[in-house]
Amino acid sequence: MTTGTAIARSRASRGSWLVLLLLALAPPLAAFADNAYVVPFLTRVAIFGLAATGLNLALGFGGLTSLGHAAFMGVGAYAVGMLMASGVDNGWLHIAVVLVAGALTSLVIGALALRTSGISFIMLTLAFAQLLYFIATGLKTWGGDDGFSFRGRSNFGSPAWLAGDVTFYYVVLACLALGVLCVSRIVASRFGAALAGIKSNEARMASIGLHPYRYKLVAFVVSGTICAVAGGLLAELTQFVSPSYMHWSRSAELLLMVLLGGMASGVGPLLGAVVYLCLEEALGRFTTHWQAPMGLILVAVVLFAREGIADAFGRSWSGLTRGARRTPAAPPPP
Amino acid sequence: MITPTLALIQLLNGLQFGVTLFLFTAGLTLVLGVMNFMNLAHASLYMIGAYCAVAIGAATGSYLVGVVLAVPATALAALVIEWLVLRRLYERHHLDQVLATFGLIMFLNEAVRLVWGTAGLYVTIPEFLAGNLTLAPGVLYPVYRLFIIVVGCAVALALWFVIARTRIGMWVRAAADKPEMVEGVGIDVRLLFRGVVIVGAGLAALAGALTGPLFSVEAGMGDSTLILALVAIVIGGIGSIRGSFFAALIVGVVDAMGRVFLPPLFAAFLARPVADAIGPATGSVLIYLLMIGVLLARPEGLFAKASR
Repeated sequence: MTTGTAIARSRASRGSWLVLLLLALAPPLAAFADNAYVVPFLTRVAIFGLAATGLNLALGFGGLTSLGHAAFMGVGAYAVGMLMASGVDNGWLHIAVVLVAGALTSLVIGALALRTSGISFIMLTLAFAQLLYFIATGLKTWGGDDGFSFRGRSNFGSPAWLAGDVTFYYVVLACLALGVLCVSRIVASRFGAALAGIKSNEARMASIGLHPYRYKLVAFVVSGTICAVAGGLLAELTQFVSPSYMHWSRSAELLLMVLLGGMASGVGPLLGAVVYLCLEEALGRFTTHWQAPMGLILVAVVLFAREGIADAFGRSWSGLTRGARRTPAAPPPP
Repeated sequence: MITPTLALIQLLNGLQFGVTLFLFTAGLTLVLGVMNFMNLAHASLYMIGAYCAVAIGAATGSYLVGVVLAVPATALAALVIEWLVLRRLYERHHLDQVLATFGLIMFLNEAVRLVWGTAGLYVTIPEFLAGNLTLAPGVLYPVYRLFIIVVGCAVALALWFVIARTRIGMWVRAAADKPEMVEGVGIDVRLLFRGVVIVGAGLAALAGALTGPLFSVEAGMGDSTLILALVAIVIGGIGSIRGSFFAALIVGVVDAMGRVFLPPLFAAFLARPVADAIGPATGSVLIYLLMIGVLLARPEGLFAKASR
């Protein structure tokens, strides 16, 4: 591991903590501004930040382009929703069920999809996600297409504890912090180094005795499980679950968040989620046709900010502090 | 109840859907195979085709004229989109292509809503194609759907002829395998690529315009077709016109048959509430199961050349 990447990594996680700190300061400010809408919105942002961070473990660090991660969010959401709607409100049980369901689903899907690569892999993840989507629409007892709603949130000792929006927001932020920490620790570990090696040259890593399949599968399962947790939190936030959580365009949106922020860094996905959802919200204020400017922005980001926003910020930041005009791109692997 | 009549009608419905799916898929698979370019905005071209047909049809008073003129109109739109955005993406990573063309879908869907409103438009079938044809005693089938099957098969045949038997088709096939070599013998590959994008756009427009009278013409109408087209592409083998033709038909027929025949099948073997719960879902699930099976058994697709 070269020192250069280690430094880049520590800087990346520092960026994440900065964003987290800013998010943590928001509720008092919102209370000051007397706007009841801000906290639920920021909760949504943090939840998608968690999902995008999870996706990036597979996408950015593992090189696995998955077009099916919304399915894992859906699995988490349905797990929480079904338990709540059947009157089981024990929060610890919810956590356990979400983790197990998310891990099992991503294990099965990953184990099969990782037997292929490239476009086949993208299409297999999409196919499995579509499969789960249509199964969810077929669950007539659970509202079918329309989904179902439930009352209350998980019960950790007292049912009222998680009911307040601000408390729930800080719990979500804690989950996000845990997710960011988990991913950055994995990336910095020996496992992360092997994963990076597999991403850049799989054959070479296999020839020195590693099993690329196992490493990729573990990364995929951890990534899917983080998304399942985000899905469970989303269900708690909206107290509503529907197949639309698993729609393929949701998977595409998660990819967009990661790419928008930049997938080379730890802070990228989180920043991407913040920017994407804030843009959606801000443009939505101006016009119901917010997707038109949003689409153009996405095209512009791809054409002009190739490495995502985090990189663009990082460059101008280091330009400001060190007088360097731009950090040179990493040399291609020999 | 399952009867031979119902089976025949569902088979024809499946073929009709498969044929339109092929028109959509042909351009997408060529662009992906020849240029290694993942163009999600193909879904928007399908939608633009349908809207052009509606607009021109309303102006000229004949929907068929609209369908015919929608093809060059959409090809022109594709030319503009190609020049503005797509050509800058050919050399880029698949992910960048997906992101940018997904952005294009978002933009074009909204642009269409701005111009034509959010409500779907309904088109009536041209008079001489309305009505039903008696296929067998007691078996009626809409003439318009048969018309789509015939047009689709004719276009497929023409496309196969161009790709397999003409000089331009030879260049396209060669460029799909080794673009540098084709460049080397003095053919402008960029121009060839642009031609492929534009012909593909015309075919997608034809599919959209023909489908218009069967469903409503609305923003985002191509998005679900796009996913099924991707399914057909991977089943048929990327870049193969022949493969995508058969794969599109398989997807169409499996989908149509699954929707009708699986629920009663489940009802026969499973307890009522269970069957009711999973029946309708399995119809749509079947094609994805098919795709997963194909990809795991033959990742290169069912109809890919053995020598690859």
